[in-house]
Order: sequence, then C-alpha cells, then structure tokens
Amino acid sequence: MPEAPAAEGAAAAAQGRGLEVRLEAAAPIPLDIAFGCAPGETLALVGPSGAGKSTALRCVAGLHRPSRGSVRCGGATWLDTAARLDLPPHRRAVGMVFQDYALFPHMTALGNVAAAMGHRAPAERAARARELLARVHLAGLEERRPAELSGGQQQRVAVARALARDPAVLLLDEPFSAVDRATRRRLQGELAALRRSLSIPILLVTHDLDEAVALADRMCLMHRGRGLQTAPPAEMLARPASAEVARLLDLRNLFRGVVERHDPDSGITFLRWGGRVLEAAHAPGFAPGGTVDWLVPGSAVLLHRRGRPSFGERENPVAGRVLDLLALGEEAQVTLDIGDPGGGTLAFSLPLHAARRNGLAPGEDCTVSLLREGIHLMPPRGPVP
Amino acid sequence: MDWTAFRLSVALGAWTLLLLLPLALWLGRRLAYRPFPGRGFVEAVVALPLVLPPTVLGFYLLVAFGGLSPLGRAWQAVFGHGLAFSFEGLLFASVLVNLPFAVQPVRNAFAAIPPQLRDAGAVSGMTPARVLLRVELPLAWPGIATAAVLTFAHTLGEFGVVLMVGGAIPGETQTIAIAIYDRVQAFDERGAAVMSAVLLAVSVVALGLTNTLSGRVGRRTRDA
Repeated sequence: MPEAPAAEGAAAAAQGRGLEVRLEAAAPIPLDIAFGCAPGETLALVGPSGAGKSTALRCVAGLHRPSRGSVRCGGATWLDTAARLDLPPHRRAVGMVFQDYALFPHMTALGNVAAAMGHRAPAERAARARELLARVHLAGLEERRPAELSGGQQQRVAVARALARDPAVLLLDEPFSAVDRATRRRLQGELAALRRSLSIPILLVTHDLDEAVALADRMCLMHRGRGLQTAPPAEMLARPASAEVARLLDLRNLFRGVVERHDPDSGITFLRWGGRVLEAAHAPGFAPGGTVDWLVPGSAVLLHRRGRPSFGERENPVAGRVLDLLALGEEAQVTLDIGDPGGGTLAFSLPLHAARRNGLAPGEDCTVSLLREGIHLMPPRGPVP
Repeated sequence: MDWTAFRLSVALGAWTLLLLLPLALWLGRRLAYRPFPGRGFVEAVVALPLVLPPTVLGFYLLVAFGGLSPLGRAWQAVFGHGLAFSFEGLLFASVLVNLPFAVQPVRNAFAAIPPQLRDAGAVSGMTPARVLLRVELPLAWPGIATAAVLTFAHTLGEFGVVLMVGGAIPGETQTIAIAIYDRVQAFDERGAAVMSAVLLAVSVVALGLTNTLSGRVGRRTRDA
C-alpha cells in the first residue's frame, strides 16, 4: 500500500502552491498577519503567549473565523471573506495535533485513528490505522485507551490521527509542551524523521525557540497578532530585523550606538559606542550620525588569551571585568561588565577548561574581541536620547 | 396493591420520558456550550420547579388549562374535552415539573466534555452530526441515563402537582402516590404499606443507578 498522505499531499501541492494565509481581526484576539508555507516545508509560528499563534492556526483549521482574510491550500480555497467563502473544519483537509492531544477517551488508539478516516471505505480503515500506528512506533498498542497510554504515546496517537485524514496541511499546536524533557527530545527526533517523508506544508506553533530551531525551515515571529519577521531560524537569531525582534527572541548583547561613517572600500561601518569606536560589517542602510541598536552574538565574542595577543584579536578589542561565571556542564557562561553607557552586559560562552586556563573568575579583568562580521545593526527601538 | 394506579404511574413516567428527553437533550446541550443572551433566565426557569411549592405550580397550571386561557380553549376545541383532570393534562404538568431533573444532568454531562474533543472531531473530518453521534453522546450518556432515571422515579413519586391538576380519577389521573394517600385516608394501612414499599424500592434502585452513572461521568472526564 502506498504512503497515501505523502503521495496525495505531493499531488495536491503540485497543483497549488502549498499553504497561503492572510488573516485580519480586531477582536477578541487581534490579528494582522500573512504567511505562506511550501509543500514539504515546516514553518514555525513563534512568539510570547497571547501573540495569536494558536488563533492563527485555528483560523487555518476553520475552528476560528477572522474578520477578514483568506486561506488557500493545495490549490483549494478554504476561506475567502471577500467572497463570503468559509468552509467548516470537516471540509478542509487539515490534520491537527492539539496541545493536550484531545484524543477521544472512549475509543482505543486504533479507534481514534480510524475515526478520522471517514473519507475511506470502512473495510480499509482498520488496516490503514494499524499502518499509521506502526509508523509512529505504536504497533501492539492498538487496543489501548488513551488513559492507558503514556503522554508520549498519546502524542503519537494524536499525530497518527492527524495523518489519518490524508491532510493537505499538518497543523501542530504546541505538540511537545505536555511531555517531560527526555520524551520531548525523542518525539522531536521522530517528528523530524516523519516530516522528511511528508510532502505537505507543516505549521508548528511553539513558544520554544530551540524547538523551532531544531524542527523548522523558517520561523515567523508573532507579537500581538502581527508577524514581525519571517526567516530561517539561524538567520533570525543572528540578524533580527529590529531590536524588538531581538528582545522577543531574548537575545543578549544588545547595545545602542551611533553610526560614525562608512568605508565601502574596506567593507566597514564605523560605530561609536560610548567612548569607543567599533568596526562593524558594512551596513550602508544606516545614515552616518544616526542612532542604531546593535547586537553581537556570543559566538562572535573571542576571548584574548592572557599575555599572548594574536592577529585576530586586533579586531574590536574590548576590555571588561567578569561579573559572573556559570558552569553548565562542560560549558562556561561568562557575563562581562564592558562599560556600556546603557548599562548592558556582554555574555558569551566557552569551554569550561578554556575559562579555567585563562583564569576567568568573578572580579577578574579580561579582554575580548567582538568579531566585525558578527556585529549586526538594527533600527533603534524606543526613545533615542 | 392498586395495579391500575401503578400502571397509570408507569405510563405517565414513560410518556414523560418520551416527550421530555429529546427536549432535555437539545436544551441541556444548548445551555452547556456557548453562552447566549438570556441563558441565565432560561436556567432560572428550568430550575423553578425545584423551589416552587407544587401547589403554586399546580394552581397556575389549572389556570392555564382552564376555559379562560388560550391553551385550555384550543385544547377543548381540538380534542373536545378540557386539559384539567385528564391524563394529557397530567402529562403536560409532569413534563414541566421534571424539567430540572432532566435538563440539569444532561447539561452537566455535555459541559464536562472538553471543547477540544469537539474541535478534534471536526478537524478529523466528522460532520457536526457525526461528532454528536460518535463523540458527544457516548461521552454524555451516563448523564443522559441519569436524567432518564431521575425523571422516571420522580414522576412516580410526584404528589402535589398531580393532586392539583389531576384530582384522583381512577384509571385517568390517580397515580400510585395519590392512591397511597387515598388508602391512608380510608384507614387501609396494609394497602398503603405495600404501595409505599414498592415506591421505596423504585427510589432506592433509581438512586443507586444514578450514583453509579455519575461515577462514570467523573471517570470519563478524568480519562480525557
């Protein structure tokens, strides 16, 4: 028997262009967002709680209706408020995994999966449901009720039930939030493997950035119903579009400075920061004299070895004093006071043995380099002094 | 033992169930889900028979059945006899009196179903009718059965309203509860004792059943 969800998803995606969503609403939950998701792609909707992530997902499923907007998937239109079209959930080919799984408590695992197969002939449902349960590693547990399954097993049943409908899009609403850490890691691994065999768009709602980084091709950061930035996770973490995005991503090493001048020939933008001038990657979009917020990821902070300055350490040397050193397993998390006029601190991590060898301890002085290519400039947020 | 009265009581209970249960299913489910304007008022009206003295309810029903009310006149015109002191009038009163006993357990049973389960049914491709049949009714049935048992048992035991609107016409409106009263008035203590024992047994069985069933409601909710 062919893998129907993958095959039918691919056929649907070949005709249409994956999932396209545009949503607007003022109340009860404000929404003003547009996003797309290609077949085979995983798009994570991330953001603080109350950002409207789950509401956006429910709009795609048809469980919530926005004031205005459209939802198109695999060439079919599910919602178009301008044309007064709004298909109910049972007429939209969606597979959805709920945060608490919402398994039918009175049905067995097999019954739960078969219950989503109304579109198939009754004779083939049981066999197909067994196949799906085997695919999520639940062979042998078909006759168990949800109450007799562990949290992780319930989640797998929920995934199998979502796929049972041969959906054109898979919607995952915080699918890993209700299980313990170890189970979560295992389930995330399973989902990563599963999604390689699915050629439908996958929408993942999560408040866990690590989860988005691990599972998503792109992520869309939502705040108060709006999409602030959509980008591959690594890119958004290194180059947030604004200081607000950086703050919502809880990025550290966020400072404020003034653009001094550009030097296009050497590809450098000079940045005045307190009494210092730093070299940053060329960013011609920012006018000289203008205030900017800037960010340097911990991975672009280089510790100078004691008494042995080397060539690379000439880049943006900054002297500081260790405020805090936190050993996390084999890593050391270091926080430096570097005399930021705004009172910010610089955080980075390095192997614990390197921290020991260099005599890092609270109160000690040290020097670091801020690598030029890692410094990222953003339009300023909030009042500019 | 007055078998005529007993049969009449059983018939009244059965007819009450037949009319009331569909109404309670619809109304209880409606009250359990989304709030709507006037829901508080509807809930108060449904609960009214619990606190109103049966004689008060009976009095208003008599007025409503009488020749001066539109209902009484319409019934007289169609069926050729009045509603008061008839089996149909008794049935009408019984349905009203039993509203809280039928609606509240049904309402609680539907309210105990997590809303995500209905959403899950819908995104699993089930039509609303199918969600009702495959998800809601199987999960709510202990509450529905509780409503049925309570309604039936309460119909057998209802006294005040029955006496007010039905009188005590043997074979037409004399229920077993009224018959017991008559036996006591006639100093037939033995007859009253037998019938009282029957009603006692019915009530104990009914309470046992509803306790078991409400235990199941709790278990299913925890399962979810």
